[in-house]
Amino acid sequence: MSGKLLVPYVTGGIRPDWTRYVEEYARHGADMIEIGLPFSDPILDGPTIQQASHHALQQGVTVRSILDDLTGLNVDVPLIAMTYYNLVIHNPSFCADLAAAGVSGLIVPDVPIDEVDELEATATAAGVDLVLLAAPTTTPSRLATIAQRSRCFVYAVSVMGTTGERDRLGEDALRLARDLRAMTDLPVLLGFGISQPAHAVAAADAADGVVVASALMRMVLDGAGPEEIGATIAEFRAALDGVVVGVPG
Amino acid sequence: MTDLTVLPNGSLMADPGERGRFGGHGGRFVPESLIPACAELEEAFREAWADQRFRRDLDRLLAVYAGRPTALTPAWRLSAELGINVLLKREDLAHTGSHKINNVLGQALLARRMGKTRLIAETGAGQHGVATATAAALLGLEATVYMGAKDVERQALNVFRMELLGAEVIPVTGGSRTLKDATSEALRHWVTRVDDTHYCIGSVMGPHPYPWIVRELQRVVGEEARAQCAAELRTGVPDYVVACIGGGSNAAGTFAGFVDTPAQLIGVEAEGGAAVAFGRVGVLHGFRSYVLQDEDGQVSEAHSIAAGLDYPGIGPEHAFLNDSGRARYVTVSDEEVIPAVRRLARTEGILPALESAHAIAWVIRAAESGELPPFCTVLVTLSGRGDKDIHTIREAA
Repeated sequence: MSGKLLVPYVTGGIRPDWTRYVEEYARHGADMIEIGLPFSDPILDGPTIQQASHHALQQGVTVRSILDDLTGLNVDVPLIAMTYYNLVIHNPSFCADLAAAGVSGLIVPDVPIDEVDELEATATAAGVDLVLLAAPTTTPSRLATIAQRSRCFVYAVSVMGTTGERDRLGEDALRLARDLRAMTDLPVLLGFGISQPAHAVAAADAADGVVVASALMRMVLDGAGPEEIGATIAEFRAALDGVVVGVPG
Repeated sequence: MTDLTVLPNGSLMADPGERGRFGGHGGRFVPESLIPACAELEEAFREAWADQRFRRDLDRLLAVYAGRPTALTPAWRLSAELGINVLLKREDLAHTGSHKINNVLGQALLARRMGKTRLIAETGAGQHGVATATAAALLGLEATVYMGAKDVERQALNVFRMELLGAEVIPVTGGSRTLKDATSEALRHWVTRVDDTHYCIGSVMGPHPYPWIVRELQRVVGEEARAQCAAELRTGVPDYVVACIGGGSNAAGTFAGFVDTPAQLIGVEAEGGAAVAFGRVGVLHGFRSYVLQDEDGQVSEAHSIAAGLDYPGIGPEHAFLNDSGRARYVTVSDEEVIPAVRRLARTEGILPALESAHAIAWVIRAAESGELPPFCTVLVTLSGRGDKDIHTIREAA
């Protein structure tokens, strides 16, 4: 893989035509797309994603309706679901349902490695890649386990805090990404607080790419349509493509 | 498949082990960023709990500040009316008016021992928030209390009380704007300030080690009651031990004193917040247990006339005590609660909190229906006093 990876996020069902955001993301250079399956009590999400989730749930959106919307959607990049564990264990065929809808990966931030065995087994059985998260305070031995057991990519959480826009990317985040890259051949993506193309460029210096979520959802909540968001993705894409890809480390 | 009925060490209400398991319930379902804080807390508690000096310091605070031991009061006239022998464990007489003080004094001492300077807490009606603000004032710690915006409006007096005690109250505007959202927000905030902040959780819930810590800190209720019953009763042990349950801390503390006796343990949930009766296994606020949820797996809002029982989950150890058959969980409706308040007020001159009145209401119902045999002995934990509920009781009358 040569270029830096761009993974934008959308809250499933945020608008009736929400899959058009997915299409625009793909058209403007997303490498993967993260789909949020909204949960009533999202303990790792900041105000923007909370608001987006709450809004979607108010519209009567369910995991089933989101997966139905995705089924048959014509995008050629991997789709990764992000949700909380209660929704996963609620439905015994959750992972199989994801796979059937064309979703190939899953992120569950309230399942740390100590609790992951059951989920890992069901995801593997359904052919769904379980993406694990690491934080700035994660100890080296835990980082090694996370790097080893994660699939598709490793999600490096850039801050001690929730999802949401921030002014700058901390040194902790870059150190975490570098440490992880030394432990795995999987791409290491930095997320949380990547709200401007400049952050993405700074992150790409240490990581293999970025997840962009709250900044996009803020725009969507403020009324930005698929084309406008597509243009923003194009800016992130151009900024990341301007990064000279060097030797990791 | 996880065996739902066996604890790692085979004994009930013991140390749940490093993984914090109560059968298949409990655990530590939190973001990776909170794992070191949970691990640090677990280690600190294990050390402190084994340290005689820490235990002495806590016991002294419980005695000279909180007013322990609380009385065991025979409910003479109610007993005569019901044809059974009712004993009340009087947590309503503890400082701040409920059992909540036992937990916060322990956690605040622990926080100080860990070098933390600040407590955060969630609160529904405000009782745990007031208790936390009290302990923080006593030990010279800062306190920030998260409270659903809806509850801030409904419980203006308790908000003022917390502020008077020097705490900052932050209204939570996300989600349903009630206790469950305040709990989520406290967890979110804890992630950002783990260096100097201890999350002082209010019940036997949350990620490991919280359900265990809070049960151990409330164990004093059960142990005192056990010794008092031994002195008071010919049989030494009551036939039934009854307590109300929101998250389940007063019940956990009470049951811990009797789990190794023949006493039948009865937990009383509010009908609108009955996680055992109407919930299914889920993960909320860092632990696996029974959770009220809709058909899509979204967590439901609990509804009870007693704000302290307005929690859609139940502590994981109660879920296990239910599964193993050691305790039984029953429900009481809002309509049964007000008459129970009146009856206890008029027969005993004791005004119970609406939460505690659920336990009384069940005892009345079970005695009158014959479910409780004549002359049996029933210990009821009266978890709090009803002063805070006067407006609600008056409006319901």
